[in-house]
Amino acid sequence: MNDFDLVRKNLFRRKLRACLMIVSILIAFMIFGVLAGFYRAFTAGEDAAAADRMITVNKINFTQPMPIAYFNRVRAVEGVRQVTFANWFGGYYQDPKNFIMALAVEPNTYFDVYRSEFEVPLEQLQAFMRDRGSAVVGESLAQKWGWKIGDRIPLNSNIFSQKSGGHTWDLTIAGIIKGKAQHVDTNFLLFQYAYFDETRSFGKDTIGWMILQTTSPENNDRVAKTIDAMFANSTAETSTDTEKAFGKAFAAQFGNIALIVLLVVGAAFVTILMIVGNTMALSIRERTREIGVLKTLGFSGPRILTMVLGESVLLALLGGIPGLAIAALIAMALRNSLANVVPGFAVSPTIALQGLALMIALGLITGIIPALNAMRLKIATALGRG
Amino acid sequence: MTAEHPMVRLTGVSKRFTKGKETISIFDHLDLAIPRGDFVAVMGPSGSGKTTLLNLLGGIDRVDAGEIAVADHRIDGLSEGELAAWRAANIGFIFQFYNLMPMLTAAQNVELPLLLTKLRSKERAERVHTALSVVGLADRVKHRPREMSGGQQQRVAIARAIVSDPNLLLCDEPTGDLDRQSADEILSILQLLNGELGKTIVMVTHDPAAANYAKRVLHLDKGRFVERELAA
Repeated sequence: MNDFDLVRKNLFRRKLRACLMIVSILIAFMIFGVLAGFYRAFTAGEDAAAADRMITVNKINFTQPMPIAYFNRVRAVEGVRQVTFANWFGGYYQDPKNFIMALAVEPNTYFDVYRSEFEVPLEQLQAFMRDRGSAVVGESLAQKWGWKIGDRIPLNSNIFSQKSGGHTWDLTIAGIIKGKAQHVDTNFLLFQYAYFDETRSFGKDTIGWMILQTTSPENNDRVAKTIDAMFANSTAETSTDTEKAFGKAFAAQFGNIALIVLLVVGAAFVTILMIVGNTMALSIRERTREIGVLKTLGFSGPRILTMVLGESVLLALLGGIPGLAIAALIAMALRNSLANVVPGFAVSPTIALQGLALMIALGLITGIIPALNAMRLKIATALGRG
Repeated sequence: MTAEHPMVRLTGVSKRFTKGKETISIFDHLDLAIPRGDFVAVMGPSGSGKTTLLNLLGGIDRVDAGEIAVADHRIDGLSEGELAAWRAANIGFIFQFYNLMPMLTAAQNVELPLLLTKLRSKERAERVHTALSVVGLADRVKHRPREMSGGQQQRVAIARAIVSDPNLLLCDEPTGDLDRQSADEILSILQLLNGELGKTIVMVTHDPAAANYAKRVLHLDKGRFVERELAA
């Protein structure tokens, strides 16, 4: 036997009470794990954003188009290394509920700007550039639908129509886009803007947004001001910001995810804090005489304090670790079905570490007052209370 | 040697309690010497200070004035931490209500004081076995307190008190919750510990029959001792 055995046996002396506390903590950490996973997925774009990349959108909002003529004017701005652009397609496959994130892009420049994130084998990229009716598909999306190179897929749009009146663009898969890092999302499809612009029935010669790479992040502010000043007082004024800021603003369209996570997790934790804290205090009070006996035997006040804190931290870990594990299983189960909404939804190692820190904090906070009381308890008082 | 170097020596000890605005004096310049190897029963009416005396001897409570020395070691000036370490090494406590940990087995209860030592697990197990053998419970190591009678629980408490081999045993009404037969068994064990192993024992009791097992009886009344020698 050692102090840990003593802590463990004390914790489970009332099994039902211990189990109920563990379950309540488990639920709190399960909620934390799932919400933190969502938050991470929503903000993954911010984290992956390159410091030297900027986004230029219509100043009204990013759903409004800009003239394609802006592309060449922005290329000429001093401090801009490369510019590309994209247009939202609003795609789906076979059924409107099968949302496909499809973008019409300028292939030459697009893969130059995103060269550090994505890679397409050279022959596949060349095939994509040669065939205007082709597309390159992200690895995740290809796996999801079982697509392979050479397949011809009908891609529908819920926004655009063809001049012929149809909403379907038939595209041949010319290549598979792979992420250069594990966290890079490849759940999308790219096809040629030239083909899209030529065949669509409206919005000709307009683009959705431009992605530009500056020669150095130090030039970002100056480049942004120059670009936005260039198009001031035009019919399509622009707003240029860093990719990170753009990603943040995009995520904010869905509401303040961080605040939602904070409020829900906070409410759960405050509740758990009160329940566990009260139960721990009650549990220690019930053991007043035994604590007096331990002190009589020679257990010092700090040792008693450590044991009580150990008990509350152990309780938090016993509830929290399975809670996070269940959250991870939920994330795994939902990952594919939510891939289009929140790609990369997972309980990451960072979330697990944050959860572990939270468990320890929860244990220390709920245990500190009973532990201090136990440490300060006078033996004569404890034994006389019996 | 026992007269010059007693196991317990109280010199001019005063102890007061404050209850509301009233201050109650329990001891006023109390002197006491208990020789090594003695078995003393302390008797007296309720409120005479018997338990307070044990608390002072065990370093559980502090004197307001005077000195307490146990085995020539002054304890009245020790800090809480020092007192805890001193108790672990020198004192064995036996309570009226046994005060065993309900979730631990007999062996684990006895092992508790040894967690404060640097003994290895195997050495601790050997000592626990020896202590339980002394009290006749070597076959009950895995029983929990609720699975044992009151007498057996008190024997486990005695084993816990002696497992770290202290020189002084302090017993607070050790038979107060037991039937006569169990009480006699417990008292016989205490006599054995005193006679065979040389443990100095101070036992507070209300029971004259229990006091008869001691070598001498100290009557405590209004903070003063009245001694009466017993036949060995």
